[in-house]
Amino acid sequence: MLIEFAHFALILALVMAALQCVLPLVGAWKGWRGYMEAAAPAATSQFLLLSFAFAVLTWAFVTSDFSLRLVTLNSHTAKPMIYKIAGVWGNHEGSMLLWCLILALYAALAAWFGGNLRETTRARVLGVQGAISVAFVSFLVFTSNPFERLAVPPMNGEDLNPLLQDPGLAFHPPFLYLGYVGLSMAFSFAVAALIEGRVDAAWGRWVRPWTLAAWLFLTIGIALGSWWAYYELGWGGFWFWDPVENASFMPWLIAAALLHSAIVVEKREALKAWTILLAILAFGFSLIGAFIVRSGVLTSVHAFATDPERGVYLLAITGVFTGGALTLYAARAGGMQAKGVFGLASRETALVANNVLLAVSCFVVFVGTVWPLIAEMAFDRKLSVGAPFFNAAFTPFMVALAALLPIGAVMPWKRARPGRVVGELWGALVLSIALGAFVWVMQTGGSILAPVGAVLAAWLVLGTIADLRLRAGRGDLSSRVMRLVRLPRADWGKAVAHAGFGVTIFGIAALTAWQVEDIRVAQEGETFTVGPYDLTLQGVRQLDGPNYVTTLGTIDITRNGRAVATLEPEKRFYPVAQMPTTEAAIDNGVLRDLYVVIGDPQDNGGWAVRTYIKPFANWIWAGAIIMALGGVLSLSDRRHRVAAGAAKAPRRAVPAE
Amino acid sequence: MRRLALILALVAAPAFAVQPDEILDDPALEARARDLSEGLRCLVCRNENIDNSNADLARDLRLAVRERLVAGDSDEEVIAYLTDRYGEYILLNPTLTGSNLILWLAGPAMLLLGAGIAVVATRRRAQAAPPDDLDPEERARLDAILDRRD
Repeated sequence: MLIEFAHFALILALVMAALQCVLPLVGAWKGWRGYMEAAAPAATSQFLLLSFAFAVLTWAFVTSDFSLRLVTLNSHTAKPMIYKIAGVWGNHEGSMLLWCLILALYAALAAWFGGNLRETTRARVLGVQGAISVAFVSFLVFTSNPFERLAVPPMNGEDLNPLLQDPGLAFHPPFLYLGYVGLSMAFSFAVAALIEGRVDAAWGRWVRPWTLAAWLFLTIGIALGSWWAYYELGWGGFWFWDPVENASFMPWLIAAALLHSAIVVEKREALKAWTILLAILAFGFSLIGAFIVRSGVLTSVHAFATDPERGVYLLAITGVFTGGALTLYAARAGGMQAKGVFGLASRETALVANNVLLAVSCFVVFVGTVWPLIAEMAFDRKLSVGAPFFNAAFTPFMVALAALLPIGAVMPWKRARPGRVVGELWGALVLSIALGAFVWVMQTGGSILAPVGAVLAAWLVLGTIADLRLRAGRGDLSSRVMRLVRLPRADWGKAVAHAGFGVTIFGIAALTAWQVEDIRVAQEGETFTVGPYDLTLQGVRQLDGPNYVTTLGTIDITRNGRAVATLEPEKRFYPVAQMPTTEAAIDNGVLRDLYVVIGDPQDNGGWAVRTYIKPFANWIWAGAIIMALGGVLSLSDRRHRVAAGAAKAPRRAVPAE
Repeated sequence: MRRLALILALVAAPAFAVQPDEILDDPALEARARDLSEGLRCLVCRNENIDNSNADLARDLRLAVRERLVAGDSDEEVIAYLTDRYGEYILLNPTLTGSNLILWLAGPAMLLLGAGIAVVATRRRAQAAPPDDLDPEERARLDAILDRRD
């Protein structure tokens, strides 16, 4: 019964979404207050209905209700509880329900905390958000019903894809969706602004927290996915330029550009039309991503719904929303008048450069991702575009971005004096180049990659410190510290996020340049040497897990006779899904990871063993976490809380500074 | 679902790629083989190079690459040998020929275009300061919202 109620709730949610779309838009157009006010309760009830449906689906997975087709296909009684829950979104229908739930959550948040907005703006934002909900909830109801029953429930399920049974991947989709769908808010604000025909500083301030939230969730989601690939796929790759990875990376790049250009709108009332365009494109790329992943047009490792009907529906959603918004943009954007005047050397110009680089790098990823399709259709060439292309075509933009970033960060608004900027950054530049030279000398031969990465990373981190020093101003130490402490959180967020970018760059460069690999056959009891480490294969055992059998090797690692770690790499086999997986054993460290994989038994005895020394690997994800932390700091800035509705509370008197 | 499992087994099957018995005795040749392998697509996989792939075909291709290298082929000759048999689909790095020029030049061209537009717009911006189109009441409300402190 509960299942049928949930199905019914889903249909009611669709009705609510339709109301949330139509009533406020008509109300805002005609000036009917009652219609506009209907938006908030419609959004709230849609959110509650979808929450109920999602809770019921989760319950069905937890209790292994195999009368539900989805549970049968993606679960098993022997599966650990955490993966029963993760199984809810480990498939097309369930993940789509999660997508809709998050969509409704954002709309509800805007309804609850949107009191500070102009009444018509709020109504239009909720209306557009409702339209997106209508599209996706109807997609769910008509093509991907998660509540389909089986006439004859089987005794047990077919298990979740074993690769997905992993803590890193269990939480990868929810974060990604919070990001993808979060960008729908920026989109709704952009469309509302186009309908109203005006964009002002308040609009910029309103869009920024939503974009920041979406961006930081995307950052975490992408980092989780990359981390998972690193330890799960068995050779320690962390980024493959797979179409699906690109699908999440493109909105991230555009969102990064958007949150910078929204600052210019907020502070200087310039770049309005461009910012609106970015807001449309950011969500547009989210939609394209959903289409790429779920249509199977560019088949990849992840594709879990290769179904033409669904593909066509998603393509239609992408086309209608992106195309519609761009048409509206073409008609209305000309009226967006900029106010702020700025010189060629200014923070504004630096942010324009940031936007150009991020947008063009996104364009490169996009062209590379769809090129095999275009080449086949238009030029009759069947070809591949893989990692070598992206590494060559994308990396220069990131190098340029990192090189310009600290300069832009210290530039004042309106008009900068180049001499002064150079003066502030001189020390950071010299130190960074010195560090790069040191790295160059220290590494014996090897590529230019590591020194360049080191220079850029140091430049970003030291540039951030130089910026903070500048903000601290002059005077004695205590007054400087006080000024630093009183800096707005957004400034701290900026510093932290930019430093995190540097940390990630260094991790990628160092890992790529300095990785050591060893492949060999090891007999039980044999000791072999990789780099400075001695590894001994102590033994190999067969064990039973909850829903798998495993071959587990025990390897002792010593360095100069001192024990470093004992690693137990596994090779698992999941009998229900008929799939093997490797579980690499990793000794994590700040300066290096030791990464050991056990392979097949060999004909002449012994086991294939693969060992890697991966220098600074964890810096890649540490940098991503630091970037996300910067986002959180920035999000907690008082100005955003004010914009997000706290202004309704009586305002404290702010002393003039 | 079965098909999906099959695809995934082909694609992401985790037991590892280069096997100990494939490795050449000459480290220089082996290094070249590894470099080449990273640019060659495992044809039955999705977006995976033969160096990382566990598929049987990838193993055959790895062995073929090494065979050609041992026979004294240059890197270019190995690539030519493989593209003759499998087409340019096998190259993960698309060649800089014909229509592929569009692919390779898309980024730089877009950068020039974007930078050009940005410079022109900034120049024009620097010259004209448009009037304030908010009425005083709206301006006051906006200022209240922004809580301007500067």
